[in-house]
Amino acid sequence: MNVVTNYIKSLFLIELFKGLRLTFGYLGQKKITVQYPEEKTPLSPRFRGLHALRRYPNGEERCIACKLCEAVCPALAIKIESTKRDDGTRRTTRYDIDLTKCIFCGYCEESCPVDSIVETDIFEYHGEQRGDLLMTKEKLLAVGDKYEKQIAKNRELDAPYR
Amino acid sequence: MLDLIEPFMQWMPESLANVSIIVMKITALLVPLLLGVAYLTLAERKVIGYIQVRIGPNRVGPRGLLQPIADALKLLTKEIILPSSANRFLFLVGPVLAIAPAVAAWAVIPFDDGMVIADVNAGLLYILAMTSMGVYGVIIAGWASNSKYAFLGALRSAAQIVSYEIAMGFAIVGVLLAAGSLNIGEIVLAQQGGVWQWFWLPLLPLFFIYFISGVAETNRAPFDVAEGESEIVAGFHVEYSGMAFAVFFLAEYANMILVAALTSLLFWGGWLSPLEGILPASVFDIAVIGALLGPGIHWFLLKTAFFLFVFLWLRATFPRYRYDQIMRLGWKVFIPITIVWLLLVGWAVVDHWAPWFD
Repeated sequence: MNVVTNYIKSLFLIELFKGLRLTFGYLGQKKITVQYPEEKTPLSPRFRGLHALRRYPNGEERCIACKLCEAVCPALAIKIESTKRDDGTRRTTRYDIDLTKCIFCGYCEESCPVDSIVETDIFEYHGEQRGDLLMTKEKLLAVGDKYEKQIAKNRELDAPYR
Repeated sequence: MLDLIEPFMQWMPESLANVSIIVMKITALLVPLLLGVAYLTLAERKVIGYIQVRIGPNRVGPRGLLQPIADALKLLTKEIILPSSANRFLFLVGPVLAIAPAVAAWAVIPFDDGMVIADVNAGLLYILAMTSMGVYGVIIAGWASNSKYAFLGALRSAAQIVSYEIAMGFAIVGVLLAAGSLNIGEIVLAQQGGVWQWFWLPLLPLFFIYFISGVAETNRAPFDVAEGESEIVAGFHVEYSGMAFAVFFLAEYANMILVAALTSLLFWGGWLSPLEGILPASVFDIAVIGALLGPGIHWFLLKTAFFLFVFLWLRATFPRYRYDQIMRLGWKVFIPITIVWLLLVGWAVVDHWAPWFD
């Protein structure tokens, strides 16, 4: 019996017509395309994009050169050198992130005891020549200074879940 | 139209005037045809996009309407690479052999009553001959490329086209039995009298087999094993680039339009209006509305457009057939069904079954 129904089904293309009906239904559906440069999808506050180094409100940089981020980085993208400053505190003299090595896992941000290195939700950046994607301490601090408001807001939004 | 240019023809010798009229007719057919091909590519991308809940190309020009122009310009300016071990002559002849029959077949397609370049009595035979020629372009291209993928694609496509030609031919034989003529214009006129008189109803299985074979003949999805990008890269045209590739593309789409046009001519009454037999005959005498509702080229174009849409719809719906299944379908399903139906049609014609064959 089953053989007969299957034979009839395939002879009269019944399942093919079912498929055609299904795809025809999708023809008139509302399109889900996001027209990117004009429209953007919402980003989570946890989004891991371009890195930044933050400062305290009094202007002092947060990073204490503990090198936890350098140790945890699975891609070996972070390079830190430090020295003792005149006031006795330890600070970095060099803090490089090679964005071409970075895999944006976010471990550096997780490991940081003072919330200094963070990943912002900036993802539209590019480099036009060699070295543009090698983020130095100055560049990272500049990103942090420029987007501090957004960074702080995202940390605050995510705080209840940490 | 011809009356308008007649005075200019007066000073020409008669033979020259005839030739120039033919050339004009050909131009009047080819230009819209190639434009149709160009915009069919856009329609394809749009329809498939819409079915996949995307919006398709919409950046070049308003709503993406200039996309085909941009594509054509891109292909025109690209380099045609000749593989060093290819047979240069055959490599370049391949695309020409693919497009020439695809375009030449249009000579006998009537767009309206009498609106045809060559009103030959063996029109259908000519169509069969021309569509069969297309396979040479594919085979020669695959052979001349001197590439394994191209060769495999050419072999597959040759076997497939030859197999489906038979079922297609039998389906066409059914039509000519029913119409009693090989002239496509007369076949359409034999269908006069409203939707239920058109041949799709008495020849329903033949209609489906003709259309499906047409899809297979043009190497379109789900029968596109000749290209089969997941298996043999791009099939017979892997080695082609630039305008040589574009010519294959043009030929494929011109063939698609041809199959759609033939389906509407042979089975769906061509330029005949579906409202005949439903509305009273007096309606068709009203000035403008009557011309729109009555038979005319617009109905033919609408039907052709619909079947082209079905082509795209099939491509968006079905996955590619496995090769042995294609062969099974062609030889073990289509050919027996067509033969049985041919006998039935023959009987019906001899017996004058009403309302179709009286």
